[in-house]
Amino acid sequence: MTATDTTSDLPAAAFDWINLWVKRLQGPLGDVRAAQAIDLVSMPRILGRILAIAAHHPRALVLAVGATLGSTLFSIAMPRLLGHAVDQAHILLKAGAANAKDAGTALAVTAALLIGAAALRGLLQMVSGFQGEWIAQKVSYELRLAFFDKLQRLDFGFHDRAHSGDLITRGMLDLEGTRAFIENGLQRIVALTLLLTFGSSMLIASDPLMAALALSFVPFVVWRATRSGLLLRLTWTRLQEQMSLLTRAMEENLQGMRVVRAFSARAFELVKFDHAGDAALRYANHRIFLRSGSISLMNAAFHLSMAAVLWVGGHRVQQGLMTIGQLTEFLSFMMILQLPVRQINMIVNTSARATSSGVRLFHILDQEPTVREKPGAPDLQPVRGVLRFTDVHFSYGKGAEARTDLAGISFEVAPGRTLGIVGPPGAGKSTLAHLIPRYYDVSGGAITIDGIDIRDVTLDSLRRVVGMVHQDVFLFDDTVAANVAYAEPDAEEARLIPATTTAQIHDYLASLPQTYQTRIGERGVMLSGGQRQRLSIARSIVPDPLILVFDDATSAVDAGTEHRLRQALLEATRTKAVLIISHRLSSLRHADEIIVLDRSRVIERGNHNALLALGGYYHELYHLQSGSGGVRA
Amino acid sequence: MTMGDFGGGRGGGPGGGQGVLHQGMIGEDIFSAFDTRIIRRFFGFVRPYRWSLAGTLLVVVIFVASQVAIPIAIREAVDGVVGTGARLSLETAVVLFVVLIGVNAVTGFLTEFCAARLAQRVIFDLRRAMFAHLQDVSLTFLDQTHVGRLMSRLQGDVNALQEFLETSVSAIGDAVLLVGIIVVLLAMNTHLALLTLVVLPALVAVRAVWLPRVKDTFRRARDASSIVNGALADNINGIRTVQEARREAANFADFKAKADQNFEAQIASSRAAQVMVPTVDLLTGVAQAVVVVVGGGEVLGGSLDVGVMVAFIFYVQRFFDPIRTLSQQYTVMQRAMAAGYRIFEVLDVPVSIRERTDAVTLDLREPSIEFDHVTFGYKPGQPVLHDISFTIEPGQTVALVGPTGSGKTSVTALLHRFYEVWQGAVRIGGHDVRDVTLDSLGRTVTMVLQEPFLFTGTVLENIRYARTTASRDEVIAAAKSVCAHDFIMSLPQGYDTPLGQRGQNLSIGQRQLLSFARALVADPRILVLDEATASVDSLTELDLQEALKVLRRGRTSVIIAHRLATVRDADRIIVLTAGRIVEHGSHDQLVAAGGLYADLYLKCHSSFDEVIAGEPGGYSGSRS
Repeated sequence: MTATDTTSDLPAAAFDWINLWVKRLQGPLGDVRAAQAIDLVSMPRILGRILAIAAHHPRALVLAVGATLGSTLFSIAMPRLLGHAVDQAHILLKAGAANAKDAGTALAVTAALLIGAAALRGLLQMVSGFQGEWIAQKVSYELRLAFFDKLQRLDFGFHDRAHSGDLITRGMLDLEGTRAFIENGLQRIVALTLLLTFGSSMLIASDPLMAALALSFVPFVVWRATRSGLLLRLTWTRLQEQMSLLTRAMEENLQGMRVVRAFSARAFELVKFDHAGDAALRYANHRIFLRSGSISLMNAAFHLSMAAVLWVGGHRVQQGLMTIGQLTEFLSFMMILQLPVRQINMIVNTSARATSSGVRLFHILDQEPTVREKPGAPDLQPVRGVLRFTDVHFSYGKGAEARTDLAGISFEVAPGRTLGIVGPPGAGKSTLAHLIPRYYDVSGGAITIDGIDIRDVTLDSLRRVVGMVHQDVFLFDDTVAANVAYAEPDAEEARLIPATTTAQIHDYLASLPQTYQTRIGERGVMLSGGQRQRLSIARSIVPDPLILVFDDATSAVDAGTEHRLRQALLEATRTKAVLIISHRLSSLRHADEIIVLDRSRVIERGNHNALLALGGYYHELYHLQSGSGGVRA
Repeated sequence: MTMGDFGGGRGGGPGGGQGVLHQGMIGEDIFSAFDTRIIRRFFGFVRPYRWSLAGTLLVVVIFVASQVAIPIAIREAVDGVVGTGARLSLETAVVLFVVLIGVNAVTGFLTEFCAARLAQRVIFDLRRAMFAHLQDVSLTFLDQTHVGRLMSRLQGDVNALQEFLETSVSAIGDAVLLVGIIVVLLAMNTHLALLTLVVLPALVAVRAVWLPRVKDTFRRARDASSIVNGALADNINGIRTVQEARREAANFADFKAKADQNFEAQIASSRAAQVMVPTVDLLTGVAQAVVVVVGGGEVLGGSLDVGVMVAFIFYVQRFFDPIRTLSQQYTVMQRAMAAGYRIFEVLDVPVSIRERTDAVTLDLREPSIEFDHVTFGYKPGQPVLHDISFTIEPGQTVALVGPTGSGKTSVTALLHRFYEVWQGAVRIGGHDVRDVTLDSLGRTVTMVLQEPFLFTGTVLENIRYARTTASRDEVIAAAKSVCAHDFIMSLPQGYDTPLGQRGQNLSIGQRQLLSFARALVADPRILVLDEATASVDSLTELDLQEALKVLRRGRTSVIIAHRLATVRDADRIIVLTAGRIVEHGSHDQLVAAGGLYADLYLKCHSSFDEVIAGEPGGYSGSRS
């Protein structure tokens, strides 16, 4: 919180003061970092933002607020009626049984009014409840779609840093947190405000002193609510963070269960779990403490006001300054307020949760992909598909901590030609491949296709032109056909077969019980690493891209199959520009050009024979691979 | 094989605040909101806290009593004011009222605090029990179960139960309050109370008509929500593939359709729930009208104090609040029952591999390994290993060679007792692996897997995963001997560099080196290594070969070998095909024997998978 101009000095000072004060009170939440986490500005800002989304539905909002208003009015009318009835009974009692018939009629009328008011109030509450939930669901629907869309648009750089479990938590639990605020919190805030405003003005009109007594708990409750709101928000944030850690610990444990078992790390894993769990439990308990304490204090304040009303009101009735009916009315009004007062805590809790959830959700929604289309970018319509790197530099990091991940890379691959890339782990081979479909943007130089900079065209058209195959293959829990046709969902099965045949996987797929309709994954067949890689090759060639990039894509395919695969691919990629990254030189030796990458730079380049003649890294590697058997490869 | 059905319907996905329901398995009876078996098992988890539960209940009763007594104090005060039949003066009544408030506040706090804490503890215990149980269940089960589905139980279902427990605290209070109010009403004026309570059967009747009609609506809402969350999780996990295949638009349309359905289902369920609101309100009005007409009449007739009538009106007001809360509780309870069912389903997965009560600790310097007529498979009737017998002397290195699916991995898994043999026995140093403690077996045997799995944490933490007490120097020494030191030092923060999810910021070769270092730090007596096929480049491979020699020194080793260099270094070679040993002996012996191995060797392939895997049946079994 920095105050940039002098006019905001006062609120800034107030914030500082409150922060200091909150720090003193927060107990087990820790000190410095906690104080920074409490941000008085963020709560109204985040909640305001959630409400702004709700405001997209003015009709439902007006209905919900209107109905809440109506039902609140009826809630206020009921004490009047009850007070009236008591007065009637009391007055008539004093007047004697003379006009008992009139009294009976009066009571009956009051009773009828009571039933009517209750019924109407119920109906209005139903409307307000339904409309409130409708808006809440609508907001969560919109946020959910926005979140999904944003994740799909965010580039690899973002997803490299994000943990998938965390993103899932945000998309489910935090979304739920914001929804609950609109469904429960918003309406209660409206109802409580109306109840207090209307009720208190009515009470003040009828007896200012008694009204002041009846409402004396309000300032205290507001103070408590603000304080516990701040603390709860902090606790919620901490709790959410701890739960994320716990989730991650469990998820990794399950995913890495073989490692866990291989090292007999059960005890260690349980300790890790307990560590995260205990920390979460501490925050959970602190949250409970805050909440329970807050509820009790508020209730006590409320009851004390009631005691004051009884004391003073009782004496005033005895002195004849007010009727017993008026006293009943005051008490009855307070009874009606009791539930909303109890709900203040819920409101505070919901708001606190919504704020911490909203922060986490909006943090994602406000991210902008660094890889982005220029406005009005045209589609890439390549004629030939010549890929060219011109003095390409790249770094994953930004600013001071940036390390060079690629430096001064230049090459050209024309259709029908193959470029091989080889080098030690971490040299930047995969990084280079990832630049072609623009998963990341170059930091210097340019990548062009047919002379057009890839940053000047739409991402969709670019990625249609470039086909990528990775070493790590992600398959969806779906049928074989759906996976192979993933990039072309409308492709007929007949169109898939040439691709799978080229990828040397058709025979196997055809031998499955339900052939291409067989499910892959947990509930279907389990594929070996090599089979997965071949399936992914088929998936990449189905859309018939002009440029194909194989990033160590056959590492798990046995050499015999790889040989056949290569022959078939050679046929299928006759008119395509092909990049092959591989550790196996046998995969590369027929490439038209081979570049050797080491520490982000090209250290050798040329065709197989030229590189061998050079007597450098490639030469050494070649002899290592062919020499291990003591005979030539 | 019920485990295959474990995950239930499609789109379960991880998490879901509302849990995934599987109609097929659980059946309709789960929707009868109260399942005594689940409740009973659940109380097993509450038992350790029974005294604090008893204390909490005591506090609840005091709290409710004070709650009920407050209107009585009001009545006394009002009576005191009016002076008719007053037992207490106004002053005394107000003092009594203040005392009650004090009791109410303190017990109110204790009730909330103790009960919610208790709920929290039970929930954490339950989650821990599930987690601990999953550490013990057979890998067969885990192989067949999607991690996301398990996570949905560990988080989503546990959360659903937590919501239930936390609200059930106030629900218990509400129920006690309800009883308390009825008692007080009856005590104050029996016939007025009976007349007022006439509305109760009406309420019960309305609910009886309403409930069966809306059950399905509620269930659909829960299902729709888990489907939409599952779709989100799937897309997040496969986001790179999604973007590569330019599926954004198509996936968004799919997701939107699911989100639309979810929205519709939620709205339908809200509509169904809101119908009850005016009903309860109307009944409140009726009850109050009864008090006004009948009570008012009796006040006129002089048979009722005004104070009693006022108190009645207050009670009726309060009476319906708990009823309203309790009917909201129904949905939460239903959800909790379904969640509880799914939680206990996980806890009920049998642990097939257990330690004997008289298990001995395995502590051998250089153990031998013996497979004695071992037959084993993953699915009944489909053995993967047939009658395998071999012996490895202490300190020897044996290379297992064979095509994919020949059973190499199964042999190593049995050595670690990941699975139980069907027939025969696996012995280490003469001890059947079933007779030794799992912990000592784990410390004796260490596996290095083909696909290195790294955990979130720093490089240092990952290397000393198996022995957290290892010093930094030990870690560095291990990294140096497997040639990982240089690349680690080139990372931004060296050994303290945090690894991304599963070590994404490292190349596969680098991850492999780290997993080697990790095994070295573990310092096992028996080393089992599933050699990586081709993910490491040849120069690194050379380093790894050297590292492997260091790693094997003084250890009995079993290596699933793909590289000829590794195979040649082995003391003995076992050639497997289709789950049987076809040849074994030293490199020279096998070459001399002129069998399959010699054939392979003479063809001069640097990798052993090449020719064998090309043979028919090479993919049978296809499990790696």
